[in-house]
Amino acid sequence: MSVMSGKELPRDGRDLEGTELHERLEKTWGTPPGLWAWISTVDHKRISKRYIVTALIFMLLGGILSLVMRVQLATPESGLITPDRYNQLFTMHGTTMMFLFAVPVMEAMAVFLVPLMIGTRAISFPRLNAFSYWIYLAGGVLLWVAFILNIGPDAGWFAYVPLSGPEYSPGKRTDIWAQMVTFTEVAALAVSVELVATILKQRAPGMTLSRMPLFVWVSLVTSFMVIFSMPSVALTSGFLLSDRLVGTQFFNPYEHGDALLWQHLFWFFGHPEVYIIFLPGVGFVSHIVETFCRRSVLFYPAMVLAVVSIGLLAFGLWVHHMFATGLPRLGYAFYTAASMAVAIPSGVQVFCWIATMWDGRPRFDTPLLYVVGFIFTFVIGGLTGVMLASVPLDLQLHDTYFVVAHFHYVLIGGAVFPLLGAFTYWFPKFTGRMMSERMGKWTFWTLFLGFQLAFAPMHWSGILGMPRRVYTYPAGLGLEQTNMLSTVGAFAFAAGLFMFLENAAVSLRRRANAGSNPWDASGLEWAVSSPPASYNFAHIPVVSSRTPLWDNRDHLPVMTGLRVDDRELLITTVMEAKPDLREPSPVPTAWPLIAAIATTAMFIASIFTPWAVVVGAVPTAAALIAWFWPKGPETPEPVIQ
Amino acid sequence: MSSRFRVSLILLAALASAGCEREQRDPRGKPLPEDQSNVAKGDPRDNAYENVSYQLAQGQRLYGWMNCTGCHAHGGGGMGPPLMDEEWRYGGRMEDVVATILNGRPNGMPAFKGRITEQQAWQLAAYVRSLSAQPRQDVLGSRPDKMSTTEPATISEREKVVDETPALPRDEKD
Amino acid sequence: MRRALPLLLPLAGCDTVQSMTGGDGRQGALFNDLFVIFAIVTLVMLALVLTGLIASIFRRHPAKSSVPGENDEARDAPFRPLLIGWVALIATGLLFLTTATYLTDRAMQARAPANRLLEIEITANQWWWDIRYKSSKPWQTIRTANEIHLPVGIPARITLKSNDVIHSFWVPNLAGKQDLIPGRRTDTVLEPKRIGVYRSQCAEFCGAQHAHMALDVTVESWADFNAWRVRQLTPAPAPATPLALAGYNYVTTRECASCHAIAGTPASAQVAPDLTHLASRRSIAAGTFPMTRGHLYAWIADPQGAKPGNNMPVVGLEPNELHSVIAYLETLK
Repeated sequence: MSVMSGKELPRDGRDLEGTELHERLEKTWGTPPGLWAWISTVDHKRISKRYIVTALIFMLLGGILSLVMRVQLATPESGLITPDRYNQLFTMHGTTMMFLFAVPVMEAMAVFLVPLMIGTRAISFPRLNAFSYWIYLAGGVLLWVAFILNIGPDAGWFAYVPLSGPEYSPGKRTDIWAQMVTFTEVAALAVSVELVATILKQRAPGMTLSRMPLFVWVSLVTSFMVIFSMPSVALTSGFLLSDRLVGTQFFNPYEHGDALLWQHLFWFFGHPEVYIIFLPGVGFVSHIVETFCRRSVLFYPAMVLAVVSIGLLAFGLWVHHMFATGLPRLGYAFYTAASMAVAIPSGVQVFCWIATMWDGRPRFDTPLLYVVGFIFTFVIGGLTGVMLASVPLDLQLHDTYFVVAHFHYVLIGGAVFPLLGAFTYWFPKFTGRMMSERMGKWTFWTLFLGFQLAFAPMHWSGILGMPRRVYTYPAGLGLEQTNMLSTVGAFAFAAGLFMFLENAAVSLRRRANAGSNPWDASGLEWAVSSPPASYNFAHIPVVSSRTPLWDNRDHLPVMTGLRVDDRELLITTVMEAKPDLREPSPVPTAWPLIAAIATTAMFIASIFTPWAVVVGAVPTAAALIAWFWPKGPETPEPVIQ
Repeated sequence: MSSRFRVSLILLAALASAGCEREQRDPRGKPLPEDQSNVAKGDPRDNAYENVSYQLAQGQRLYGWMNCTGCHAHGGGGMGPPLMDEEWRYGGRMEDVVATILNGRPNGMPAFKGRITEQQAWQLAAYVRSLSAQPRQDVLGSRPDKMSTTEPATISEREKVVDETPALPRDEKD
Repeated sequence: MRRALPLLLPLAGCDTVQSMTGGDGRQGALFNDLFVIFAIVTLVMLALVLTGLIASIFRRHPAKSSVPGENDEARDAPFRPLLIGWVALIATGLLFLTTATYLTDRAMQARAPANRLLEIEITANQWWWDIRYKSSKPWQTIRTANEIHLPVGIPARITLKSNDVIHSFWVPNLAGKQDLIPGRRTDTVLEPKRIGVYRSQCAEFCGAQHAHMALDVTVESWADFNAWRVRQLTPAPAPATPLALAGYNYVTTRECASCHAIAGTPASAQVAPDLTHLASRRSIAAGTFPMTRGHLYAWIADPQGAKPGNNMPVVGLEPNELHSVIAYLETLK
């Protein structure tokens, strides 16, 4: 905000256009080449690309672990992997996929796309954004270095106590897991806070809440879900660390603690977590369906209500993970009802997408193929979920491979397929190049068929009595055939993933000539160049419908008046998106990295000695103070419109 | 692109750390050497048991299973001397404690040789030494998942044992 | 509803000793019926969704020359009744399934008359099952390990406790699972309906050897069950041969007796499986090996090779000791 004397702000700058405007804006907002600029950038697009690349590397690492597990399980009583190593494998696979891949990649897509979709120049709290990336990276590296040193966690990705407690998980393994949770949870909370602030306060003028793109709605709901659920896992992993390191009794039943407390606190986070992963997929699907069916998705209000109600309902389901623990049956009935009820908003959404395809003119390019694969796979996963919601059924199916099949159907079907479709769809916006369409179709079919071959037999493995998390199984129970099929399918699925990455790598080497709107889509992100300039929009657009680029084909109305030589954002009101304030946006700085290093050192050292919290607080505080030190009063530049 | 390169560098560096020392969990236990004469000089199994939290945890469970608590309680002693203090009548090094457990001692300590395996005796010795916080701080477990007995080892401030064996004849034969 | 069972068995020999399709217990059969109901309803819903999807894909879409996004909201209107109908259909389906669930749950929970109940207490340890058959006469309490025998048609109430971490007791053929949580007591009821042998497996990850924590379940007639019970109450026989006597001496004075108990001998430690009737069991080491002489040798000689990480140490028996121990253990029928 400008601080002025009584004089009026000089507003007599000439109107800048074209190249001169671009150059001045680029100078203000750009990230020059070089290591220092790379470290200190606060550009949301660059940071989100870092996030995505890192998350994909973790996905590959976690996927390799799953292939090793599948080789072990292809034959009965296989001696390939020792039980200790196998327990680390499945724990690392689950932990990597859930904490280091699924949530971060969805948040990263939102960090890139949301400011572009709502017509603003930057995300809110950009330095916090940079900080969150370093913290996330530190947590992931901590976990994987531990795994390589044979001290990776081995108590499962949800680490039930007392198995993960001090007596039955000796050593640092589970401490490292619990602290990694702290890292990733801090990063996720940071990003969610930024997204909520950006979405509520930085939308383009005229973009009322009912004109927001569906992915922006999804990001808003998901961010609120993160804010409400992540503290629960932070608390419970803190309790676990405290029990393991300083001898508290939170989970010790012999001293009036409770082993089930862990399960409640974890699953209060854990269930919303899977919807945090699933809902962005839903957002992707809505955008892809709209663009490739040449009409907006049916019943926008119903779609928004469905997303919001899933976000709310998700918090009332967690006990369905605990149906076998012997809690009162009457209480279970509520969770059965809620778990089934969440099928209704999902059903509404599936209806709307299919009806949009019916009514529109669908063009089955690769992104829409992924949507079709998503609908098929996710609906199957959702229906097995309805089965698992019923207590008598769950008491047989719980903790068997039926559940493994279910959650892979909903996670891969519901999140990974839309994600891959989204990567294909927004690839030109990220990089300026199109992915190969022919290769994309081959990739999709390999992935889709490989997935079905890998995971469909697991339903049957579960029914035949194969429990989860076993490093081997006896011959003669009929499990050999289903497991072998799953192994073959897993490798096919992995081949598909490699095809996808190869497609991306090859496409990146083409010339960047995709143009700003290669798909003729309707959202604001397609109004800017591909890839966008560092400042996103030369002038802030003004929006009067849900599909601005379709309703303003020749000329998108814009609003001028933001400063060109200072970083400045337009803040609008929450409901009506009326222009309200100018807000300065921070310049690049290395303090987020320094603060992240200090915080990382403190967190990791605290696993080894409680004194680290005291000692480590000092450099962390110093870095934060330097980061937040108020800048002196500025003499604002004249406004050049 | 450069960001991807840098990230891969970081990860490669992490992978390279595979060359570093890794935790060893050996459920089988190392075999007993035939020749016992080296016991006084410091047994190479010291480190394999003393500073591996898995062995301490197994020792903790054995302490209960073998009813050490019957005489020593949870370190505070009773009929038997306390194990959490700094006084070791028969020596406080790992191999001394192992010898105590296996061979027995005057005044009532039974001999467990032939009743537990060598590996179990080493695990017990590691746990017994942890009752007075002898192992490395990051190896100690904080508490058992049972009734609370002693202050958590990880935050205890017990005196370190002066690691000298008292002048006792060291000719206990097997 | 039993006639619908074949829907669950697309392939014939899938009715194994550890399979939910068996439906050999009252609750297990109720589960199968409910599963079939759910499967039918969910498959119908899936079929509807896929029909809509495929129809949308293959429909010859009218070649509108309209601009994308034009008149979208007006084009939504005809779909509104369809959406409402769809939501109503889902809600009705879910209500139906919830009702079916409720009725099945109540049927499963129906308490059998107390005087016909068998009382068993199972305590789970890493990685074996400690079984006690309760009796109104305390001297008729049976202690065994890793196996249970049940009389057909008589409900058995099983109290579940754990000594260390969370485990889960699960006999797929008979009933659903129930967790064993330290510090809490849970219980479950098994009501077997068919004579046979079944296999149960721990169903909650409990550490290194979770995969090898199984339990043998034998369902037999009342007469056979009583005969088994009487056999279980007899203490171990005295060793008859010199080799067995040497084995008896080893087992009761050396490492074995520090942890195991054999009724009728000085070995009475409680922290490891009871071995009194070891040789009458179908498997060794909680289902890791079948009970054969060769497997017994393998297990005793090197427990860590078969089940690495479990709590039985490698004793390092000399060959003659090993032979004598096996000879003695084989007499423990």
